[in-house]
Amino acid sequence: MKIRLYCLSGHPTLPCNVLKFKSTTIMLDCGLDMTSTLNFLPLPLVQSPRLSNLPGWSLKDGSVFLDKELKECSGHVFVDSVPEFCLPETELIDLSTVDVILISNYHCMMALPYITEHTGFTGTVYATEPTVQIGRLLMEELVNFIERVPKAQSASLWKNKDVQRLLPSPLKDAVEVTTWRRCYTMQEVNSALSKIQLVGYSQKIELFGAVQVTPLSSGYALGSSNWIIQSHYEKVSYVSGSSLLTTHPQPMDQASLKNSDVLLLTGLTQIPTANPDGMVGEFCSNLALTVRNGGNVLVPCYPSGVIYDLLECLYQYIDSAGLSSIPFYFISPVANSSLEFSQIFAEWLCHNKQSKVYLPEPPFPHAELIQTNKLKHYPSIHGDFSNDFRQPCVVFTGHPSLRCGDVVHFMELWGKSSLNTVIFTEPDFSYLEALAPYQPLAMKCVYCPIDTRLNFIQVSKLLKEVQPLHVVCPEQYTQPPPAQSHRMDLMIDCQPPAMSYRRAEVLALPFKRRYEKIEIMPELADSLVPMEIKPGISLATVSAVLHTKDNKHILQPPPRPTQPTSSKKRKRVSEDVPDCKVLKPLLSGSIPVEQFVQTLEKHGFSDIKVEDTAKGHIVLLQEAETLIQLEEDSTHIICDNDETLRVRLRDLVLKFLQKF
Amino acid sequence: PRCTFWTLVPAADGHQEWDSNSRLARSRGVAFSYLAVGGKDRRTSVLIMDPECSRLLPALCAVLADPRQPVADDTCLEKLLDWFKTVTETESSLQLLQDHPCLVELLSHVLKPQDVSPRVLSFALRLAGAFAAQEDCFQYLQQGDLLLGLFGEAGALGWSAWSIPSVRSGWIQGLCALAHHPSALHFLADSGAVDTVFSLQGDPSLFVASAASQLLVYILALSMQGRDAGSPIPEVAAWPVCAQKIVSHVQESLHSTAAPQVTQALNVLTTTFGRCRSPWMEVLWGQLSPLVASLLKRDPIPAAHSLVDLLLSVARSPVLSSAACGPWEILAQTLHRLSPTQAGPLALGTLKLQRCPQELRTQAFGILLQPLACILKATAQAPGPPGLLDGTAGGSMTVDTLLSSKSACVGLLCQTLAHLEELQTLPQCPSPWPQEPLLDAAVIILRLCDGSADPSSSGAGRLCGTLAGCIRVQRAALDFLGTLSQGMSPQESMLQVFAILLKNLESPESSPTVLKKAFQATLRWLQSSVKTSGCSDLSPDALLFLGELFPVLQKRLCSPCWEVRDSALEFLTHLSQHWGGQADFREELQSSEVPMLACQLLQDPESYVRASAVAATGQLFSRGLQATPTSSENLQAQQGLLMDLMYILSTDSEGFPRRAVLQVFTQWLRDGHADVARDTEWFVTTVLQAVSRDLDWEVRVQGLELVQVFLTQTLGRFRPRCPYAVTLPEATSPTPHPEFLRTLCRLPLFEFVFRALFDCDRPVAQKACDLLLFLRDETAPSSGPQETRDGPNSASVEVALQRWQEGEQGQPLGDLEPEAMLALLRSLDLEGLQGKLAKSSDHIEKSPQSLLQDMLATVGMLEENEADCY
Repeated sequence: MKIRLYCLSGHPTLPCNVLKFKSTTIMLDCGLDMTSTLNFLPLPLVQSPRLSNLPGWSLKDGSVFLDKELKECSGHVFVDSVPEFCLPETELIDLSTVDVILISNYHCMMALPYITEHTGFTGTVYATEPTVQIGRLLMEELVNFIERVPKAQSASLWKNKDVQRLLPSPLKDAVEVTTWRRCYTMQEVNSALSKIQLVGYSQKIELFGAVQVTPLSSGYALGSSNWIIQSHYEKVSYVSGSSLLTTHPQPMDQASLKNSDVLLLTGLTQIPTANPDGMVGEFCSNLALTVRNGGNVLVPCYPSGVIYDLLECLYQYIDSAGLSSIPFYFISPVANSSLEFSQIFAEWLCHNKQSKVYLPEPPFPHAELIQTNKLKHYPSIHGDFSNDFRQPCVVFTGHPSLRCGDVVHFMELWGKSSLNTVIFTEPDFSYLEALAPYQPLAMKCVYCPIDTRLNFIQVSKLLKEVQPLHVVCPEQYTQPPPAQSHRMDLMIDCQPPAMSYRRAEVLALPFKRRYEKIEIMPELADSLVPMEIKPGISLATVSAVLHTKDNKHILQPPPRPTQPTSSKKRKRVSEDVPDCKVLKPLLSGSIPVEQFVQTLEKHGFSDIKVEDTAKGHIVLLQEAETLIQLEEDSTHIICDNDETLRVRLRDLVLKFLQKF
Repeated sequence: PRCTFWTLVPAADGHQEWDSNSRLARSRGVAFSYLAVGGKDRRTSVLIMDPECSRLLPALCAVLADPRQPVADDTCLEKLLDWFKTVTETESSLQLLQDHPCLVELLSHVLKPQDVSPRVLSFALRLAGAFAAQEDCFQYLQQGDLLLGLFGEAGALGWSAWSIPSVRSGWIQGLCALAHHPSALHFLADSGAVDTVFSLQGDPSLFVASAASQLLVYILALSMQGRDAGSPIPEVAAWPVCAQKIVSHVQESLHSTAAPQVTQALNVLTTTFGRCRSPWMEVLWGQLSPLVASLLKRDPIPAAHSLVDLLLSVARSPVLSSAACGPWEILAQTLHRLSPTQAGPLALGTLKLQRCPQELRTQAFGILLQPLACILKATAQAPGPPGLLDGTAGGSMTVDTLLSSKSACVGLLCQTLAHLEELQTLPQCPSPWPQEPLLDAAVIILRLCDGSADPSSSGAGRLCGTLAGCIRVQRAALDFLGTLSQGMSPQESMLQVFAILLKNLESPESSPTVLKKAFQATLRWLQSSVKTSGCSDLSPDALLFLGELFPVLQKRLCSPCWEVRDSALEFLTHLSQHWGGQADFREELQSSEVPMLACQLLQDPESYVRASAVAATGQLFSRGLQATPTSSENLQAQQGLLMDLMYILSTDSEGFPRRAVLQVFTQWLRDGHADVARDTEWFVTTVLQAVSRDLDWEVRVQGLELVQVFLTQTLGRFRPRCPYAVTLPEATSPTPHPEFLRTLCRLPLFEFVFRALFDCDRPVAQKACDLLLFLRDETAPSSGPQETRDGPNSASVEVALQRWQEGEQGQPLGDLEPEAMLALLRSLDLEGLQGKLAKSSDHIEKSPQSLLQDMLATVGMLEENEADCY
């Protein structure tokens, strides 16, 4: 039986795959590709004259029917509408048949409401507690960012295939625009999250008795997991967003990935040439230089994840850099919850941070930054923030795409001065594309993508360590990045070569299921008498009833031969047990021709001829007009209706064979 | 015991110093103990064997021979052996044994080894060897068959302890020690020891194996001793039996198919050819060189490293390199045959030879250049002048190595770069030196490392993947690039170099160690750009580069990694040291924020960085390059650098910044810096007040250095010496200017120096002593001690000093009149103190007597300990 993988997402770090394995249908992650939003105009929190006065775009032939939907800014064309997201493929497989969804980290669950609420999905979602809580924050922030700037217009004309052809890049090349969807609502989020069942690392979860799934720490984010999906004889490892760096989460569990038949590898670093340490250094240096010159620093970021590490790094750095008096602002509708959540998930943290809890101290030093008023957090720019706001300052806020959230306001506010700097740390969006609708821009832009996920050197070490039989990965990982086609080191190099997938592809995983585990009941096992037929190999015959229920197979003792009664027929029906026949012994061994011939001669047969054949020998008893065909796995006695002779010969043959 | 040979030389004043001093030293832990009034010479002489040692020796031997006593640890036995060796170097071993029968008893006792611990066995073997190194003592020990018992087949070889490596090692070292005279040679030949040594060459213990090879070399040299004079050296077949035996063993080993045996033979030959220069070696090499050459025909070549060592040893030997069967041909063959990684060291060694055929030098240089030529070829760079790519026959092997694996590639490149770097600085550096291709190669390697190279071939693509982000290669290439700055480079190459240096300095991917190397290389190239432009100004290219460099430096000064901030500050210090006086440089620097950032780093949490910031700002300040005031806050900061540094000196919890401050202050004082010169006395007073309380002895030494500079300057001011004056130097008046003395007494200078004289750290006391000697010579060089004790308050000062010496440093010195100060200076036995201080503080603990006492004390054999036993 083949195992199939349905690939619903083409984004290597926002995967969504469905695995059909032993009568179960398992969805692995449901990442949401938000890069589609880069095609849209930003949603300003405060009315922006600049954005609202952008000229409409007209076709080359001068027709202007799209000018309401498309606006032009510094040579780029943007859709003037509520941003929309590119969903995982929904047509490739009937998503209502999905039994379970396994989530590996909070970035990889952003499409969950689309799947659970609109496809007829009735299964269960498994995720760790921090994943669910922080995932909820990310969704809440996204919904909030989009809902608080209501936009009446929903552009759809441009999606018409004939129209899209005429548009400039990148709109022209955008894929499956008709399936792009607007953001979900908070109600849908709540409903989706209610379907999640919480799990802990190394917890074994039985799915219908057929397979067992286990989350393992992946070292990338709070509660992030890799998953093992295994039956008794097959093991599939799903590696998604893992990190070997010592940051805040629990370290990656590599040992449990050993002996996999297939390792599905996704979520590697998006910036393989940038070392996170160097980038953090770059981040700090540029931040200090800007602030010292009296400029402000804007850091577009997600409300959880790398920001914890950045704050920790700044905590150690600001005193040495003489920045103690500079205010740090963290603005997000979920800022408060995010900072507090990080402190309570002690069991999901790295050892260092865990041990702090026993002192007792907060695991993350941002608690101290908040206490000393160096770090202040606000739900939005409205309200308290506008009273406290002091410049120069450093602002952490979302959304990293620069298309929605408070960051849009700061871009508009600070973009005109070259004293200010925007520092990009999230690797999910191309910073040049993110900045396109803000051009011309005077503020300095620094790109320090911090991606702690595995790089190719670490992957090659990992693969050497865990030695899977086969590796399956997105096609992007099997060749060097297009911009660095000579960097043969920036791809997965393993033997046998990795099997690659792309969006909307169905893969037959390269191994077949050959075995199934069957249990023997103790009383049946007791009755077995093994016989050693070769040194080290013993055999026993079993007569039993195979009982199969919930994907478990059990051999039970056969019913005792019952005395024939009048009600025999009815009973058989009720017990549903097949009739038990008297067993003939099984034979094994081979027949040495020369000795056999000697034995025949001893028993009075003469005129014996032996002929060699391709498969064995033919012993010809010419006198008796009888043939004995000796082959590797069969012996035939061919004689003309002489049953006594046949029985005699059979008994002679049997003397050479073992019986049990 | 008799004291004929090891007489006690008593101290000049008659009493024995060892006892009193050693007790004192133990109780106080301070080695010198007196402030001699009157200046008598009380120097003591070094004693080798004194009666006390003689007295202790029998007890010690008894302890060593007693298996029930816990034997002292190995270090004690080593020290004891060292001491015996020193004794036998200067004295007669025979006499020593005759005077101390306990030693012979100990050696005889060892013959029953079941009673003795292995470490004592090993010790006894080596001790016997040390004694038997003298021929008369050898005969003496032989009379009782003691040596045969120890070293012969019935001796150590048969002991069960022979399985312990230290015993085998002791056996070999004992034989090594005694192999010094013809009798020893006979002994070795008769006892069958040589065969044992052959087998020990393959000993599992590396120390034993290596010592065995060493011993063979000794024996060979000993048996050939005296055969050089006059008559021609016969063929090996006519050599003494022992020598023949060793040579044929080496021959057999060279024939062996087992690589370890070949290695042993090659090592024996390498040491032999390396240590003596006798003509018989020519015969030996003549006989063995065909065998060595035949090793090259095997695949793989066995023991390649040892072969390289041997060939270089032969080539360096004056006897062999000029012989008819010289090593040149075989060297050429070997260079051709070895793999690139193995051939590298041989090529470098060949090029370093004083005399060597030009053809061979060319071949060797070609081999060294090969990996870089391959890199240039793979990346489609111009191969440079003909010659660089010659010898392409071996090129494919080099390419294979470079592409085979990351470790092979990195190893070969790092080795090559290091070899070429070493070569360039040597007088034997090949000429013409392919400066341009080498520069290109260094630059392209750095570009492969940072991933910016544009590979045109598949090989280059592989290289790019292998070298990307490889810190080891980056560091080696930057070092090499720095060395290349010594050569003449065309302007185009300079631009290329500046570009790659800037890229490395700027890249967030550069690790701190790579950055440090990049800073060093940058400094060297900036210096070389001065050289090429002909005057001391920076070239226009270098100035353009500086314009781009300062923003990078700014960023690096803000790095969260302290190593980076530190290297950036050091770099800044060097920059302003070299070019601080140049207008263009000053303009570039001052238009940047670098000076301001350097100032801020004075408060860095990392002490190393603070120290570097002190040095950098001190340097900038003395060049008038301090941060330009942009706000009132900065203005204050600028005016207060002196105060800032004073503050660091008196409050910083770490030593490094405080040391740096004193270095800056001393330099400022030396240079007559305006802020210091304004009120030097106040400056010196304030500094000394802070330094006198400092717990770091280096700070205190540096404080004394500052005092010395101050003294020299003040002295010069009051006694101007005209270099063109007609008077003879001696004729100048030794009497100091009264104002000079008054100045000294006004400051807390004497108190500081005198306290330093009794400092518990020896370097401080030494420096203070030197300083006082200097001062005494300058103020009262010829006055005798008698006339000096009538000063008004010298008595009270002396009392204070006496107290200080005894460890009570609380009492102040009190006011000093110039006369009292002079009197005090004359009354101190400064020379005596200087002599005492010159000895290391543990010289008493190191005495043999102390060693013996310690060893006995550990087993409770000393009398006072015995009394405590119940």
